[in-house]
Amino acid sequence: MAILEINDLQVNYGVIPALKGLNFYVDEGEVVALIGSNGAGKTTTLHAISGIVKKAGGQIIFDGTDITNRKAHKIVGLGISQVQEGRGVFAELTVLENLRLGAYLRKNKHEIREDLMDVFELFPRLEERKSQPAGTLSGGEQQMLAIGRAMMAKPRMLLLDEPSMGLAPVVVEDIFRKIKMLNKQRHMTILLVEQNAQMALYASHRAYVIETGQIVTTGTSAELKNNDEIRKAYLGL
Amino acid sequence: MQSIIIDLFQKPGQYKKVAGFILVALLAAFPYIYFNNYYLHIAILVGIFVILSLSLNLITGFTGQLCLGHAAFYGVGAYVGALLMKNLQMNFFLALIVSFLVTGLFGLLLGIPTLRLRGDYLAIVTLGFGEIVRLVFINWEEVTNGPMGLRSIPAPSIMGFVLKERYMFYYLILIMVLLVLFLMNRLINSGFGMAMQTIKADEIAAESIGIYPVKYKLIAFILSSGLAGVAGCFYASYVSYISPTTFVYNTSVTILAMVVLGGLGSLAGSVIGAAVLTLIPEVLRFISDYRMLLFGALMVLMMIFKPEGFWGVSKRVKNIYKLKAGRRHHERDIKSQ
Repeated sequence: MAILEINDLQVNYGVIPALKGLNFYVDEGEVVALIGSNGAGKTTTLHAISGIVKKAGGQIIFDGTDITNRKAHKIVGLGISQVQEGRGVFAELTVLENLRLGAYLRKNKHEIREDLMDVFELFPRLEERKSQPAGTLSGGEQQMLAIGRAMMAKPRMLLLDEPSMGLAPVVVEDIFRKIKMLNKQRHMTILLVEQNAQMALYASHRAYVIETGQIVTTGTSAELKNNDEIRKAYLGL
Repeated sequence: MQSIIIDLFQKPGQYKKVAGFILVALLAAFPYIYFNNYYLHIAILVGIFVILSLSLNLITGFTGQLCLGHAAFYGVGAYVGALLMKNLQMNFFLALIVSFLVTGLFGLLLGIPTLRLRGDYLAIVTLGFGEIVRLVFINWEEVTNGPMGLRSIPAPSIMGFVLKERYMFYYLILIMVLLVLFLMNRLINSGFGMAMQTIKADEIAAESIGIYPVKYKLIAFILSSGLAGVAGCFYASYVSYISPTTFVYNTSVTILAMVVLGGLGSLAGSVIGAAVLTLIPEVLRFISDYRMLLFGALMVLMMIFKPEGFWGVSKRVKNIYKLKAGRRHHERDIKSQ
């Protein structure tokens, strides 16, 4: 059962088309990766889903509701949380305050507490540094914090934008292991946008390849890993 | 007795409370210590500018939206209050509320188109608004009496008791400042204040946790402009004469300088900034010709050596903390490996 359905999505920046009619879907409990090079339209797709950019055409359906023209903060309330590129943690606030803010729209204190414990269980590093300003964390820790903050909204679906950006390979592996755990143990539906195709294919069930605003290939991640063209173009093998 | 004092100073929160209480007591006793009309006048001006800089800090310091026309709101409040008190014989306190509402409405009208956008559009629009308001004050002679200004604005009265002495105005502005400080403090430390500060830090990140930036920016701007109007209404009644020359771009920049020098996003900073920038030109009166020169030099030195303002969070301290924290964790990481 598809939780997210994108039909013929188009986005323009001024007169330049960024997305020229995308079609894809994400099933509940699935990790789907969008891979592609710079400027292919990956981040734009995520921004279109989370309501940050205006759409020129097409339709976005989340769990049976049309969210094409909803405002960003309303979409968060429906259960889609985005972890933005470059992490977007509030540098001057402490780790704990950042996480608390993630639950901004929620009322039930008991549940919020439980989710906080859950985030600390997944990312023990964050608990160690909970009273430190977020700006003093390392890049990898900030990425964990950004994911943790998104989890605090108790989303039904996570949108992750380039979780590998600017991180050392060892840290990237760690982050992707956590993403996999998040899906396996907590059954989180995840849409992942990534330039690092190798890691994206490792963590996802299915993947779409975008080039200049269009989907060119799709398949299960295992298939794509063995596809010769993909190997040449994106895996550098 | 000694143990009580030690007790009070052991908790940092209590210490702050005691310090605040002593400060308020000193300020309340001020007219009895220095009974001098000139000193009182300066103190009242400081009070007015404290309210102005606190209100500007709300939108610029806490919400991160640059506003370059704060004097316009100050002026609108002054003219609205003056006209109501003079022509309709409205009670001062009622006029204060109407001034708040009218300037707040102007804030709303300016904010709706500009605060929807990200970026410094508010700065440009408020800059223009400041000039338009000044021109209206000068040219709408039937209402504002043009460049001659409005004279003999009545003093406030509480149930027949007219506040005509200077020290009475002093107490009135002291109460108003304390009230504004109290309300701002509550606002900043509430969920609303947190939302404002996240918008300042990163609007997209704020949206991604479900905060609607336009709403908070608008409310902050309405409150900010409304409070400036309140300060204007008090000013009109205190000086009893207003003219367009008071509400010019220069005044807007002075208020902004108070906020920035005091510390963006700091309540105590705004109070100190307003006090220092009102007092410096007075203190430097003895070298009359050079005082603006010295004033400028002080500003430049300040920006070089303490760019975060008198009471702002020191970036330098933070960096030291960062270094220390980094080293500490590094050592622990090495041990645990």
